[in-house]
Amino acid sequence: MCTTCGCGANEVKVEGKTVDGSATPHENVDATEDRGPVQYREHQAGGHWHRHADGTWHSHVHGGASAHAERGGHAAGALAAVHDHGVAPARRVQIEEDILARNDASAARNRRFLADHGVFALNLVSSPGSGKTTLLVRTIEQWAKRTPVAVIEGDQQTSRDADRVRATGAPAVQINTGKGCHLDAEMVSHALTHLDVADDGVLFIENVGNLVCPAAFDLGEAHKVVILSVTEGEDKPLKYPDMFHAADLLLVNKADLLPYVEFDVGAAIDYARRVRPGLQAIVLSTRTGAGFDEWIAWIERGAADARAQRQATIEALRRRIADLESRLARHAEPERT
Amino acid sequence: MHEMALAESMLQIVESTARKNGAQRVLAVRLEIGALASVETEALRFCFDAVTRGSLADQARLEIEVTPGAAWCMACSDTVSIAARGAPCPRCGGYQLAVSQGEAMRVKDIEIK
Repeated sequence: MCTTCGCGANEVKVEGKTVDGSATPHENVDATEDRGPVQYREHQAGGHWHRHADGTWHSHVHGGASAHAERGGHAAGALAAVHDHGVAPARRVQIEEDILARNDASAARNRRFLADHGVFALNLVSSPGSGKTTLLVRTIEQWAKRTPVAVIEGDQQTSRDADRVRATGAPAVQINTGKGCHLDAEMVSHALTHLDVADDGVLFIENVGNLVCPAAFDLGEAHKVVILSVTEGEDKPLKYPDMFHAADLLLVNKADLLPYVEFDVGAAIDYARRVRPGLQAIVLSTRTGAGFDEWIAWIERGAADARAQRQATIEALRRRIADLESRLARHAEPERT
Repeated sequence: MHEMALAESMLQIVESTARKNGAQRVLAVRLEIGALASVETEALRFCFDAVTRGSLADQARLEIEVTPGAAWCMACSDTVSIAARGAPCPRCGGYQLAVSQGEAMRVKDIEIK
């Protein structure tokens, strides 16, 4: 983000390449010399103008060279409208649109795409350091290719997590959010174009480690799975309620460390169920494998549902085709005299 | 913080409507934010201010209406008000609650000229 005026794209990268999907039309500009706080900025084609506290204007031209300019002749757009007394009076226009409508629409498209392919998609969320990636690696190994698996990884920087997943033999795509704190549906949509999504498989999306922001963003997944490790404190669900409310499964990880930490598993699950009644919970240890059978079985049920849904859709489409064909045949019969 | 992403989405919605209505400027944006929504309103104000600079909505007033939180309590078989997620039913103290109101984050309308 530009530290002068707050503009600037998040440098989101998928597999190392910048994604051209940012909404802001501005480019980053260098900070000017300090001449008092910047009051407001007016955008014009060809450059950015800053008006400083001392009354002077300063412009940035794309390409680096800065120019000094007097106030007056170049003031256009917003400033002119304020002083133009012939303009229409103010009026209210109703919108009633969810702020996240655009993300939700992208998520819905992702969801339809995944459903068409019978893919069971999970969005893994947690604090950094809960053991998500290690758990994911062990899960892929234990899944042992009973169906195809693919992974989308999200981190601010590096491809370390995608590399670790690829070492298991599963395909993985790394999203780097740059300064961003969560994955959104657009990013996942881009990542999906880099993945060969096999029919009737499982897709794991490992979100950016963050117990706050990812909760608000639908990616098109079937479920959010929240991972809480026993080294984190059993009251996390109360302190970070939005994330636990958004989840359909809680994995309590690193259970092998329970003898060494003050963590009440029952209390943690109770707290989580206060903010998300009926939340399913599995206690597991990636190191020992405890609880993994239950976790794998849970994934299998979800994957079987996704496959069955796809089959049902195919059957429905076949019936529709058969119906249309018979109607076509009736219409094409010769006229009876 | 994700409030920047929310502010960018708000700007897209606002600019799109303003242009369709031939507006020169957006004077005000009215939001409905639920008490239980995943957003910090002061952070949102800050981000909205930053993201609208140089746009049609530069200097627009941000009016935020907060909708109170409500949930269906399964034990009481009634709708009760709740101040935050994780809060118990104010009547029976239980947690068998299904939130029915207060999660929305919506752009209600804009004032343009």
